[in-house]
Amino acid sequence: MTNLTAAKNETRITRDLVGKKLTVIREFRAPVALVWKSWTESALLDKWWAPRPWRAETKTLDFREGGMWLYAMIGPDGTTAWCRVDFKTIVPGKSFTAENGFCDEDGNINSSFPRMRWFVEFKPTATGSEVDVLIGFDDEADMQKIIDMGFETGFTMGLGNLDELLAQQG
Amino acid sequence: MRRDIFHAIADPTRRAILTLLAAKAMTPNALAEHFSSTRQAVSKHIQMLAECEVVKQELIGREIYYHINSKKMKEADKWLGPFRALWENRYDNLDELLNDLKKKKS
Repeated sequence: MTNLTAAKNETRITRDLVGKKLTVIREFRAPVALVWKSWTESALLDKWWAPRPWRAETKTLDFREGGMWLYAMIGPDGTTAWCRVDFKTIVPGKSFTAENGFCDEDGNINSSFPRMRWFVEFKPTATGSEVDVLIGFDDEADMQKIIDMGFETGFTMGLGNLDELLAQQG
Repeated sequence: MRRDIFHAIADPTRRAILTLLAAKAMTPNALAEHFSSTRQAVSKHIQMLAECEVVKQELIGREIYYHINSKKMKEADKWLGPFRALWENRYDNLDELLNDLKKKKS
């Protein structure tokens, strides 16, 4: 029910409305060091962060406590959505916390969209590593807003793609 | 207070009830046996689930059986669908990148 497992690639997603958080758990066949690098270096992030056919383009990334990642999600038709991630705490190779929101190209937060708090944890496993992403919301209204928006994808991918994606999932 | 699918699944006991009902229709008594909380507490949760329309009642003989309303449950999945698609898509990309990085190293 709340633990919806994808048959294809084991992205486990759970949600907890009381705790106002969503959890995304995924394993990778690569050591933590490499996965950590992919999550924290802009040249690598730009290669995987955007869902296809979108692409991510980093304007600035300062991966340290108090630093910020400012990037754009660019659609095939040129539609651009700016996002910023503010890093709060970092335990190198293990975890980091951050705040995530939509903004303009200068990083000015668009307060009409809910902000999200991330806790991203990297764990070694027998076959590589596991990444747990906890996405927390300030209150239920924010979570509801994201629900109503169809979450990030409704915003970044366009509704046409969504129908297609949903159809693929059966 | 709004009564919807998200309230229905917000509580761990209710999630457990739904998991049990997903396997087969059950009476409130049979459900209560699976929990350490009082029958009354379990009954309250069932009532909540019924209000959210995620479970339906059926009278069989003299007993009320609850079963899952799968149509309603799909509403939750519909919302989660795009969210899951985003992360799967993103992580598929990451798989590819990690493969490339590993090749470069070796």
